Amino acid sequence: MTQLDARGLSCPEPVIMIRKAMLKGDSAYQMVVDNPASKENVTRYAQHQGYQVRVEERDGEYTLTMTKG
Amino acid sequence: MNLKKERVTILIAGLCIGAMSVALVLLGNPANMGFCIACFIRDIAGALGLHQAANVQYLRPEILGLVLGSFIMSLGAKEFAPRGGSSPLLRFLLGFFVMIGCLMFLGCPFRMILRLAGGDGNALLGLVGFTAGILVGVFFLNKGYSLKRTYRQGVLEGAAMSAIQLALLALLIAAPSFIYFTQAGGGPGANHAPIAVSLIIGLVVGALAQRTRLCMVGGIRDLVLFREWKLLLGFGAILVSAFVVNLVSGQFAPGFAGQPVAHTDGLWNALGMMLVGYGCVLLGGCPLRQLVLSGEGNADSAIAVIGLAAGAAFAHNFGLASSANGPTQAGKAAVLIGLAVVTLIAWTNTFTGKKEK
Repeated sequence: MTQLDARGLSCPEPVIMIRKAMLKGDSAYQMVVDNPASKENVTRYAQHQGYQVRVEERDGEYTLTMTKG
Repeated sequence: MNLKKERVTILIAGLCIGAMSVALVLLGNPANMGFCIACFIRDIAGALGLHQAANVQYLRPEILGLVLGSFIMSLGAKEFAPRGGSSPLLRFLLGFFVMIGCLMFLGCPFRMILRLAGGDGNALLGLVGFTAGILVGVFFLNKGYSLKRTYRQGVLEGAAMSAIQLALLALLIAAPSFIYFTQAGGGPGANHAPIAVSLIIGLVVGALAQRTRLCMVGGIRDLVLFREWKLLLGFGAILVSAFVVNLVSGQFAPGFAGQPVAHTDGLWNALGMMLVGYGCVLLGGCPLRQLVLSGEGNADSAIAVIGLAAGAAFAHNFGLASSANGPTQAGKAAVLIGLAVVTLIAWTNTFTGKKEK
């Protein structure tokens, strides 16, 4: 699974990061973000790309696990 | 929040915000200026004596309400998060030059929408320049532009901006003699809705914008970058509802000449808004979004807002701001300098230095 750290980056940078990573076409990605707008935007982008997204929040950080079936 | 619900929410929020903006005009704000983040920050800078343009001095409660509305909503939603440290001085400079662009055009992106909704054709030229500026910014974003990471900060760092708004509110209500207020009939600064109404609408708009992440720059940016329509829906909803309420209330007056607080120099309307779109993409959001983020505890955005205020003070102290008569030579030079500085910031933060992984 490709791991990405987008903590501290403000939108749209995390979405650009996941977009670039998804160009490789892996079936699973995990990204950590630390603000709710990034969580929503990355989730939305991944869903548009056909990924299922699972979000876990811990101490203000969100771990997004994106998988394609 | 699922995708459909997100879109419906921002659509409804946009419709409410557009209607409330026109309501503010009907209650006393300058025409096509129910909300203008740039103009209102400029008025606040004037009220504090940072510039001496006597026609634009007032502590606009809409701005105070916006920040406080976002602060309260973010606390309620457990999204208040003090953070900062992402290139603060560059954010100040970007805010500064975004304001120079706004005062060339005579309005921020929010007012550009309201001017369009009021029939001001000059705002169409603004929109063309704004879109061009966003496209240039998007080019750099795609090449890896970043103002680097932000870090967690203490509670006071995050709450200070909201505390400052409370202090400004106290000054507005107490109206001590050292605060400057435009005299009745003395210009746009004297035209304002009742304080309580402005404040409440500011609070509501701040809360709605916090929930929906509304951003005037983000709409076009996200559409180009990701084919994502959500934020543009908010932009469109404000335009439609402000247009309808203008039409119903007899405020709609299509044309180019004689539009309220506007000039007809198309080239400089476009170049001014190009600087705004470009600078705002590099900042990560429009002036409204910077205010909302500052309420959420983002000290970087607070610095950008202070940059906007400093830009406004400079613009009026040194004759850079346009008037209904058109732009000034100094203002034109300042916009060109702004485009150069913003490009330097974009270039340097895209192509030089060690890339973070």
